[in-house]
Amino acid sequence: MNRYAPWKYILLIMVLVVGVLYALPNLFGDDPAVQISSARGFDLDPAVETLGMDVAERRGIEIRATDFTPQRLMLTVNSSEDQLALADALRDELGDAYVVALNLAPATPAWLRAINASPMVLGLDLQGGVHFLMEVDMETARSQQIERFVDDIRNLLRDERIRYRSVRAERDQLVVELRTEEDRQEALRNISRDLEELETETFDGSETFNIRARVRTEVMDDLQRTALQQNITALRNRVNELGVAEPIIQQQGAERIVVQLPGVQDTAEAKRILGSTATLEYRAVDEQNDPFEAQRTGRVPPQSRLYTDEVGNPILLSRRLIASGDNLIMAGAGFDQQTGSPKVDVTLDAVGARRMFEFTRENVGNRMAVVFIEQRPETRMIDGEEVRTSRRVEEVISVATVREPFGRTFQTTGLESARSASQLALLLRAGALAAPIEIIEERTVGPSLGRDNIEQGFNSVIIGFVLVLVVMGVYYKVFGLVANLALTANLVLIVAMLSMLGATLTLPGIAGIVLTVGMAVDANVLIFERIREELRLGNTPQAAIRAGYEKAFSTIADANVTTLIAAVVLFMFGTGPIKGFAVTLSLGIVTSMFTAIFGTRGVVNLIYGGRKRVSALAI
Amino acid sequence: MDIIKNDTHIDFMARRKVALVFSAILMVASIASLGVRGLNFGLDFTGGTLIEFGFPEAPDLGDIRSRLGEAGYENYTVQNFGTARDIVVRLPAEVAAEEGADVSTAAIEAMSRIDAGVDVRRVEFVGPQIGAELANQGGLAMLYALVGILLYVSFRFQWRFAVGSVAALMHDVLIVLGLLSLFQVSFDLTVVAALLATIGYSLNDTIVVYDRLRENFRTKRKGSAVDLTNLSINQMLSRTVMTSMTTLLVLVALFYFGGEIIHAFAYTLIMGVIVGTYSSIFIASNAAIVLGVSRQDLMPVEKEGADQPDTEVLPARFRNS
Repeated sequence: MNRYAPWKYILLIMVLVVGVLYALPNLFGDDPAVQISSARGFDLDPAVETLGMDVAERRGIEIRATDFTPQRLMLTVNSSEDQLALADALRDELGDAYVVALNLAPATPAWLRAINASPMVLGLDLQGGVHFLMEVDMETARSQQIERFVDDIRNLLRDERIRYRSVRAERDQLVVELRTEEDRQEALRNISRDLEELETETFDGSETFNIRARVRTEVMDDLQRTALQQNITALRNRVNELGVAEPIIQQQGAERIVVQLPGVQDTAEAKRILGSTATLEYRAVDEQNDPFEAQRTGRVPPQSRLYTDEVGNPILLSRRLIASGDNLIMAGAGFDQQTGSPKVDVTLDAVGARRMFEFTRENVGNRMAVVFIEQRPETRMIDGEEVRTSRRVEEVISVATVREPFGRTFQTTGLESARSASQLALLLRAGALAAPIEIIEERTVGPSLGRDNIEQGFNSVIIGFVLVLVVMGVYYKVFGLVANLALTANLVLIVAMLSMLGATLTLPGIAGIVLTVGMAVDANVLIFERIREELRLGNTPQAAIRAGYEKAFSTIADANVTTLIAAVVLFMFGTGPIKGFAVTLSLGIVTSMFTAIFGTRGVVNLIYGGRKRVSALAI
Repeated sequence: MDIIKNDTHIDFMARRKVALVFSAILMVASIASLGVRGLNFGLDFTGGTLIEFGFPEAPDLGDIRSRLGEAGYENYTVQNFGTARDIVVRLPAEVAAEEGADVSTAAIEAMSRIDAGVDVRRVEFVGPQIGAELANQGGLAMLYALVGILLYVSFRFQWRFAVGSVAALMHDVLIVLGLLSLFQVSFDLTVVAALLATIGYSLNDTIVVYDRLRENFRTKRKGSAVDLTNLSINQMLSRTVMTSMTTLLVLVALFYFGGEIIHAFAYTLIMGVIVGTYSSIFIASNAAIVLGVSRQDLMPVEKEGADQPDTEVLPARFRNS
């Protein structure tokens, strides 16, 4: 007798039910949706959701579902007409601070969404889009930093009235040449006091007393991290300009950034926008004239320019520049230790610090503003021709009162919340001088190829699957049909697990599924051949079934572990789509062990296990 | 239904010298082909730019070439891809080195002048540094997979089997590479994936035979290593053929219905499965025998109870300490 304990059947059924539930969302397709995200890459204010609903209600557009995450709000509607109408309405309502994009939302029914079931994510090769791999030019980032320290040392020596012959950069080092030993000692003392980032040592030239300085490794690492982060922030800002539905911008390794823009086809446009630059300017607020007056009459004092501040009030800023983004070294949000209120710490380079000190010394009590400037590429139609221009967008992002003279480092306090502090810091970093980046890999898949890939991939899975079903059914009869049930369950489980893990399905991933279909029956083939063998040896059918499953088990385990090793290695070394192949192959191996051994045994036991006497097996 | 007769008694090992010579010839031929023709490295490894265009009607390749020439390109190749309406333009890495990722823009404009309805199906640009890295990673992946397998098989079986299986795997990879070189199949990342999957597959086959060999060594009192190897291979033959068949079926489906992009991948795996099946029959066990595998090597160190319910008691001299 071959019987399974009831709990085994319960487990089997539970796994299958869960598998079917989580695989199910893949059958529902997509609905048109409108996606809202912050134009600056900030976290979204939850109030946007209510606002979106209001706008829809006013226009009489039915919202079928909403999905809110800090990155984006997704409003699902019934038709593409509704989608366009809602997007237009929201654009008018929300203005420039938000990006409203058309997207597709999975049409997963609410009861499935309630258990967090969602369809598989399609890779760019299946849905179409652009993939860029960008590399930050760390060589240049390093030399930018070294040059800054050269300026810093020069300024320091000048301020302290220490006479020097030269300060220069030599690859990754700084060399200071002085005329006397006393000067050198004095310089060393000042450098180690003011420039903690540097490590110094002395050496003598033929007629000079020299100092060699090196930027501390941890400081350099920090600067590189900042350079990378800064580029990521800047890229995020620009990608938002593109209005892409679900962009991915990720760090890869120490110097690289992956940018994926699903649905984007005009790569030239994408490249131009990603390549656009941003900077910022510190300017004095013109306190002598009335900005409201200037706005009303249109007469702006000649030494000033009229801007609009963060809350929409007019403000007059001096044309004289205090410091620019090129002078900004670091900006970070934090909390004031005494008051506990949010603040932003800013560090300037030597040139910026000097100018800032000169300005603040004479302007305590006056206000200072930061203007964020971006070159936004635009494509316009003029006389039927596409003309590509760029528009300069200037925006006041912070206005603060100078409390005391400062230079190299200072804090902006009095910010509303930790959130606005981190947003300000983010923008300041985005406007700082960025290390140059370069596209080192591009993979664009047009929508037509994406569709073909899905269709062909799907077809080959189905055709391969049916072929295997036929062969197994014909060859192993009843047992073959049992194996086919297991294979079907296996396919469902793979899809369910891919959906649950949020893994991305790629074309090689589909190939992995196809291969799994072919190889998954191996476990059953091994078991069934063993059962046939045991029958030939004269064992009773029940004993043959038992022996077949038991003896084949270690073989199956060994064989699968070795394949798994190859798949895991592939996962570790593979990039992008290849990883997808490794993921589906590994998942397939694991699920096939479960369905082909545990699952088929359950069914075989149901068919044959209960009978007292089985005269022959249909195998 | 049986494809292979139930009780085959094919003397595979009698043909093992023939098989060795045959494999040696194949391997030498592969090395020769790799040396003379080399591999047709794809974009992933050479770097450069590839653009696939879908035209509404089959375009004239000469026209495309002259347009590209006018646009200032040199050393480009233009080929049909799958159908007459699909065209692939490849631009060498040197152009990319100068112009970076912008290299494709002018080519796309030139093509839209031939036919305004042209569809840019894909653009791939791989910078030279990436190409070198991917090649390194591919090689390393192979190496790590082989080492991982060597360790696992040594641990589960014995070092002679591990060496035997790795020898078989290298044999497979070499011959498949030879075939790729002979037919100048475009060697890209998916092919590396296919090679690793081949390793996994071939090993799967080999392990199954080894596993039976181990069982036979433990349960059969009589028979030399060669006899038992023969027996094991025969016992597993119908399984080997059946699994190869189902796997080949799905791969053929993938080859014919999966589209051009997956062609090289499917092709490599089909070759891999055929060569892997051959090698697990003729090479893997053969190598273990050549290395002198014997009964003692596989005696259970500790009793594996449930795994081997009908293990016959073995004479003490066969037991490992």
